[in-house]
Amino acid sequence: MNLLESIKRFYASSVGKKLLVALSGVVLLLFLLGHLAGNLLIYMGREAINDYGEFLHHMLHGTGVWFARLGLLAAVTIHVVATIHLVQQNRAARENRYAYETTVRASKASRTMIISGIIILSFVIFHLLQFTILPGPGDQGYYDDQTSDHLRPDVFGMVVRAFQNILVCLFYIVSMGFLCFHLSHGVASVFQTLGLRSEKTAAPIEWFGRAYAAFIFLGNISIPIAVQLGFVHL
Amino acid sequence: MATEKLNLTLKVWRQPSSTAQGEIVTYEAKDIPSTASFLEMLDIVNEELINKGDEPIAFDHDCREGICGMCSLTINGRPHGPGDGVTTCQLHMRSFRNGDTIWIEPFRAQAFPILKDLIVDRSAFDHIIQAGGYISARTGSAVDANAMPIPKPVADYAFDAAACIGCGACVAACKNASAMLFVAAKVEHLGVLPQGKAEKDRRVLGMVRAMDDAGFGNCTNQYECEAVCPKEISATYITKMNRDFAAASIKEAVVNEF
Repeated sequence: MNLLESIKRFYASSVGKKLLVALSGVVLLLFLLGHLAGNLLIYMGREAINDYGEFLHHMLHGTGVWFARLGLLAAVTIHVVATIHLVQQNRAARENRYAYETTVRASKASRTMIISGIIILSFVIFHLLQFTILPGPGDQGYYDDQTSDHLRPDVFGMVVRAFQNILVCLFYIVSMGFLCFHLSHGVASVFQTLGLRSEKTAAPIEWFGRAYAAFIFLGNISIPIAVQLGFVHL
Repeated sequence: MATEKLNLTLKVWRQPSSTAQGEIVTYEAKDIPSTASFLEMLDIVNEELINKGDEPIAFDHDCREGICGMCSLTINGRPHGPGDGVTTCQLHMRSFRNGDTIWIEPFRAQAFPILKDLIVDRSAFDHIIQAGGYISARTGSAVDANAMPIPKPVADYAFDAAACIGCGACVAACKNASAMLFVAAKVEHLGVLPQGKAEKDRRVLGMVRAMDDAGFGNCTNQYECEAVCPKEISATYITKMNRDFAAASIKEAVVNEF
């Protein structure tokens, strides 16, 4: 059996697809943490977050951001495609449902991963359009930064202006709620699928997963709230 | 103390054959002693049905002492009914109250086709075992117990998995009808022992593939299986199998023979 055939066989198996979902999930989880750390620079002021934005676009002579983007695109694609295949198989595995359905232990989050996942995916598309694809030179929120000696994108102004709209804030907060919900099952699930859970660590892993989800949620929603309350302003 | 008598309403899945359309049929179960087991309750109901000239409710059973893995039934949505660590045959009517309505359905999964009423065909499990759930070496007569030292924790770990009776409750409880708990128990109880270690990689790859071929769903780490397992087998065996499968897949991909 050659290597390519082995890879195909691996993907064809249930455990193989699950491992890919878990590994791509880890990439996305680490990205979320890095993204949050970057976001929180907004509390350090305009210069700090604009410096960070400039750094992201100039690291490795401007190729770094593209490596990151392609990596993330690959992770999202694997995560979504493998999940769709798994869900299709799961539906087919029980075509006739129970007349009396009950759940003993499975959390609400674990039973609605596909729904929260689809919502998060649509949020990501909106978020990229709003802050990455649509803003350009000449647009509002893409001004010369007063504190710097050269022309560069004003990330700070763009974010603050966006969150001055209460509807945008609410949309972000609700979306982060779904992300938190998704992670409350997803983080602990990664440990199980990658074979890193045991009787002793099962409970701490469960708590770690919830804490991670809560941290990402609270950290991110603090920004629109801070803008609305006027703690962060232009 | 006089035995309490229960009057119950049963909602039972009736299906004359594997190809026929099934439906929920309502029966009144009268004067059921609370000391009866769940299967004895069904025996009483069937006795009445036979006396009336009706077809009795078909259900699987054998030892009736919780060890053979033959009895099944999803009772009020839960395989083997309420209570932890019991099979349907060891479930007693004292777990129910007078006037209760009880829903009785077969173990539902595409991989477990219904043969009649509450009886399902669980031979998919046999096919999984045939794909590697054994040791191929000739074992000869039993060796001296102390000739092959096995640490007590290892023996316990293997035995806890070997307690699986192959009833299929894990599949019936799983939201995705996945057989991962069964397969993990069967893979891991051999994999940690010296006799089984030699064929560890071949076993996990073969059995997981046989499981996939049988049309079971995929595990989504919800642990419904662990919660209903009459032998209380831990889902951490699934964790270990995931790890072993990943390692064996890599070995298979980069090394030709193992």
